[in-house]
Amino acid sequence: MDIKKETIASLHEKLVNKDITAEDLAAQTVENIKANEKQLNTFITVNEKAAEDAKKVDAEGINGPLAGIPIGIKDNIVTNGLKTTAASKILYNFMPVYSATVMEKLAAAGAIDAGKTNLDEFAMGSSTETSFYGTSVNPWDFSRVPGGSSGGSAAAVAAGEVVAALGTDTGGSIRQPAAFNGIFGIKPTYGRVSRWGVIAFASSLDQVGVMSKRVEDSATVLSVIAGHDEHDSTSSEKEVPDYRANLSKDMHGVKIAVPKEFWHEGTHPDVLDNVNKALEAYKKMGATVEEVSLPTLKHAVEVYYVLASSEASSNLQRYDGVRYGYRAKDVKNIKDLFVNSRSEGFGDEVKRRIMLGTFALSAGAYDAYFKKAAEVRTIFIEEMNNVLKDYDLIMGPSTTTPAFKIGEKVDDPLAMYMNDILTIPANLAGLPAASVPAGLADGLPVGLQIIGKPFAEQDVFNAAYALQEENKFYEQIPTALKGED
Amino acid sequence: MISKDEILHVATLANLKFQDDEVDSFVNQLDKIVGMESNLSSVDTTGVKPTYNMADTNSVFREDKGIHTQTREQMLENVPEVEDNLIKVPTIVDKEDDE
Repeated sequence: MDIKKETIASLHEKLVNKDITAEDLAAQTVENIKANEKQLNTFITVNEKAAEDAKKVDAEGINGPLAGIPIGIKDNIVTNGLKTTAASKILYNFMPVYSATVMEKLAAAGAIDAGKTNLDEFAMGSSTETSFYGTSVNPWDFSRVPGGSSGGSAAAVAAGEVVAALGTDTGGSIRQPAAFNGIFGIKPTYGRVSRWGVIAFASSLDQVGVMSKRVEDSATVLSVIAGHDEHDSTSSEKEVPDYRANLSKDMHGVKIAVPKEFWHEGTHPDVLDNVNKALEAYKKMGATVEEVSLPTLKHAVEVYYVLASSEASSNLQRYDGVRYGYRAKDVKNIKDLFVNSRSEGFGDEVKRRIMLGTFALSAGAYDAYFKKAAEVRTIFIEEMNNVLKDYDLIMGPSTTTPAFKIGEKVDDPLAMYMNDILTIPANLAGLPAASVPAGLADGLPVGLQIIGKPFAEQDVFNAAYALQEENKFYEQIPTALKGED
Repeated sequence: MISKDEILHVATLANLKFQDDEVDSFVNQLDKIVGMESNLSSVDTTGVKPTYNMADTNSVFREDKGIHTQTREQMLENVPEVEDNLIKVPTIVDKEDDE
């Protein structure tokens, strides 16, 4: 059986009909990941117990839609008994003694943890190049980045190692790699999914989401992991719909807003061409498409980097070498222990963000940077919500360019930060947003971004599903993998 | 403009230290990024309330009861140095630094 061609539903059917056992599926998945590992580097830790875990599912029976389905987990989500590193040296040996709520929910639904996927260190980056474990590569072109920070999850899905993977999205870390790898990825509304057990980066922005080749697979997984959790008081008590069962590709009467500021001057013409074609397709399907304006969008990256770095600098104070993680040797006193453990344990990008955040929160800069950014965020949220009063969805490109070359931007942090300009708005406003493949530009995938109203994930899924059924992008095999079978 | 002294001060606050050869490139990079962030000053935010968190509830109450979820052994599993079932750290009071 070739997992590359499967979906959650097709695997479920095979498991129910006993064409394959969950144990065999898990064993084959792990074997496949290991065989690819040298080339793709998508996983930091493979779950060696996957087949054993799956055996229990076989014994209990294939009940729910995720029973026996192997899923890749971004390595910033803690998993009991499986190393969790956040792709950082400072957590190189961290073995969680509990599981994140999303992992508990997946396990209760019978899903199998295939292992922990590669990411930018502490989810800080747009290319997976800041990982302590080396970058993953893009299955469409091995010389290019898979995006970030959920680059390992995206490449694993695109390469057919797993049918779905969990990612996290703080400023676009699910949608940008989804776009670069030609897959679907959704960041739900802030609060839709519990963050308990998710290694914190920027607490007012982080959200767990799903990546898969098919829209319907992400819909299935999101229904399982969403919902209130008493461990996370920011998680919403709103009822969780069955997104998969409610999927519809009917776009009649749907009102789509296209912010003119999304047509950023630096955006690659082939990206715009593909996005325009997608918007034309929606018009033919009966939707209306109109241009709107989000004047404060030009400040979104500034707001994001002040707030995300400030929250990160606070969240990352806990890494001090005392209770877990890397501890520096040969220290004279406790201050040395903190400073040396942190300085040796964190990579350059993480240190840069901690420094930026500490600066923005420091006595002389607090009002001009941290407070100011939080105020501009309020204005921006109002602008987004005003557009969504009149429209059902906001659409535009997910990224300004297709996947760039490994090493191309790594030494220029400012250029790297500008990658996120189109994805950051949804995080600042806490809105659900997805990237769905729109086409190819010079052989590299391009994503259409779809942003919805708060908790209207169903609208986002439906619009993505309509385009998926129109272009059937999932039938395409990543170029660099062609001829390997 | 961010000065080298400012960077070194912020590094102290952040419990980080940098090698001499790293500091200059860090100053340069942070200066560019903070310069970008300074564009925020052009936005009029008179009377605008800041958004610091995104939760739709302000306070959450729960019953005040102790729940033991982990054992002492589990809690100590990831500790780099343990002695007599306690976390071992270097001397906290450093006489030379004690003023």
